[in-house]
Amino acid sequence: MSTDAIPAAAQGAATRLRRRARAERRWSSFTLWLGVGIVAFIAFVSFAAPLLGFHNPNEQHLLDALQPPSRAHPMGTDALGRDILTRVVYGGRIDLTFAFVTTIVPFALGVLLGCWAGYRGGWLDTVVNRLVDVVVAFPFIVLILAIVTITGPGLKGAYIGVFAVGWALYARLTRGEMLVEREKEYILAARTLGYSPRRIVLRHALPNVLRASIVFSMADVVLNILLLSSLSYLGLGAIPPSPEWGALVADGKDLILTNWWVATMPGLVIVLTGIAFSLIGDGLADRLGRDFTLTTGGEADAGGR
Amino acid sequence: MTGYILRRIVQAIPVLIGITLASFLLIHLVPGDPARIILGARATPQAIADLNHELGLDRSLIAQYVSFVGGAVHLDFGDSIKQNTAIGPLLGSRIGVTLFLLIYAVIISIVVAVPLAIVSALRRNRPADHAIRLFSMVTFAMPSFLLGLLLILFFSLKLGWLPTAGYGDTFPEHVKSLTLPAITVGLYLAPILLRTLRVGIIETLGTEFVEAARARGLSERRVVLKHVLRNSLISTVTVLGLNVGFLLSGLVIIENVFALPGMGSELVNAILARDYPMVQALTLIFGVAVVMINLLTDLLYAQLDPRVRL
Repeated sequence: MSTDAIPAAAQGAATRLRRRARAERRWSSFTLWLGVGIVAFIAFVSFAAPLLGFHNPNEQHLLDALQPPSRAHPMGTDALGRDILTRVVYGGRIDLTFAFVTTIVPFALGVLLGCWAGYRGGWLDTVVNRLVDVVVAFPFIVLILAIVTITGPGLKGAYIGVFAVGWALYARLTRGEMLVEREKEYILAARTLGYSPRRIVLRHALPNVLRASIVFSMADVVLNILLLSSLSYLGLGAIPPSPEWGALVADGKDLILTNWWVATMPGLVIVLTGIAFSLIGDGLADRLGRDFTLTTGGEADAGGR
Repeated sequence: MTGYILRRIVQAIPVLIGITLASFLLIHLVPGDPARIILGARATPQAIADLNHELGLDRSLIAQYVSFVGGAVHLDFGDSIKQNTAIGPLLGSRIGVTLFLLIYAVIISIVVAVPLAIVSALRRNRPADHAIRLFSMVTFAMPSFLLGLLLILFFSLKLGWLPTAGYGDTFPEHVKSLTLPAITVGLYLAPILLRTLRVGIIETLGTEFVEAARARGLSERRVVLKHVLRNSLISTVTVLGLNVGFLLSGLVIIENVFALPGMGSELVNAILARDYPMVQALTLIFGVAVVMINLLTDLLYAQLDPRVRL
C-alpha cells in the first residue's frame, strides 16, 4: 500500500459525505417548497373561488345526486346533487381561516409572554410558569367539549377553546430559549448601551428565540384543522349546510359503503393539507438546525391534545 | 425523592381544582336557564322550579359545589336527565368498553411504533427512514374519523372480515368488534410515539454506555436489543402517559365512528342532547383520569431516571 493511498481514500470518503449532505439539503429544500406550493395552491383556489368559476357551494341538483367522480364533477356529487369539489373549495375558506387564526393568535400571545417571563425572571416568570403548567396539564379535549356544551355547536366554541389553551406551549418554548439567550454577549452589549428592556426583548432577542415556536406552529396548524374537522364530524362544530371539511366527511359517513367518494374526497383534501404543513414544518426544522420535527421532539407531547 | 413526589402532587392540586370547578360551573355557564333549555319553551313554571330543585340549582353556589364534589368522591353523579337513571351505574357499564379499546389501541400503537422507530433511528436519513417519516406524516395528518371510515370500507365491506359497528356480547366478539376501532386509535397515536422515540433512540445510540457495549465486542443486534430497546421502552411508557389526553380525544371520536357503547360516545350524545348532569360527570371523570395518569407517569419516570428528581 502506497503512502498517499490513505489520504486519497479519505478524500474519497469526504467527497462522498459532502455529496450526500448536499443531496440531503437539496431534498429538504425541495420538500419544504413542495409543502409551501400545496398550501399556497389550496389557499389560492379557496379564496379566489368565484374568479375560478366555482359558484354557490350549496346549489342543489337533485337529479344529479350521488354521481361518482367524472369530468363534470371531479369529486362527484353528494346526496343532494351538490358538487363536492365546489363544497371542498369553499370549505377551505373556513378551515384555513380557522387554522390560521387559531395558530397565529396563540403564537403571538405565547411568544410575547414567554419572552417577557424569560427575560425578566422574578415573580412574573413564576406566575407565567405556574399558569402554563396548569393549562398544559388540563386535558384539552375535555375543556373544548365543555366549552362547546356552553356555547352550543358552532365555530365559536372551537375558537374560544384553542385561544384559552394554545398560547401555553408557545410561552413554554420561548421562555426556555430566552433563559439561554439572555446570558449571551450581544444582549449584555445591548444592555450596556443602555437600550430599554422593551427594545432589547423585541428587537434583539425575539428573532433568536422564535425557532422552536415556528417549527411547532406548523404541527399546531395541522392539529387545529384536525380539531375543527373532528368537532364538525361529531356534529359539534360547523353547522350544516356549512361546507367545512369535517362536516363534508360526516355528510358521507352513512354512504361510505355505497358511495365512497362523498366522505373520502373531502377527507383526502384534509390529509393533503396536513401533509403539506408537515412538510413545511420538517423543512423549517432542518433549516433552523434542530432535530425536532412535528411533535417538537423534546416536548414529547402533542400540546396536551 | 419524597420532596419531588410532594412537589409534583402539590402541582397537580390546582389542576384538579380547576377541573372540578370547570365541570361544576358548566351548568351555570350555559346561557339562559338550564332547566328551561332541558324542558323546552313550553314547560310550566312549576315544572321548571321542580327540575331546578331536583338539580339542586336553587341552593347557594358553594353548597352546590360541595355536594357536587362530595357526591363525585362516592361516584354519585346524580341522575341523567335524558335517560332517567343514576349516572354512576350507567357509566359503570360503559367504562369497560372504553378501557378495553384504550388498552387494545395502546398495544397496537406500541407494536407499530417501536419497531419502526428503531429502524428509522438505525437507518437515519436512508430510504427506510424517509419511508417511515412519510408514514408518520400521513398518519399524523389523517383525521381519525376518516381512517375509521376507510378501514370500514376495506375490511368490512370489501373483505367482510370484521363488523362495522357495535360491541358484541362475548369476549371473542368484543375482540373482533374492537379490532378496527383499536387499529384506528393505534394509528392515530403512532406518529406521536414514533417521532418522539426516534429522537430518543438516536440520542441513546450516541451515549457512552452504547459505545461501551460496542467496545466490549457485543454484536450490533445485541446492543440494539439489550441496551437501546430497553431504554426506549421506558420512554415509551412516559410518552404514552404524557399523551393520554391526546389519546382520549381519539377514543371519543372513534367510539362515535364505530357506534361503540363507551364513555366517549356517551359524552358526545349527552352534549347533543343537553343532558348537563351527564356532561358534568364525564368531564370530571375524564379530566381527573388524565391528570392522575400524567402524575403517575411523572412519578414513575422519576423512579426510573434519578436525574429528574434533582
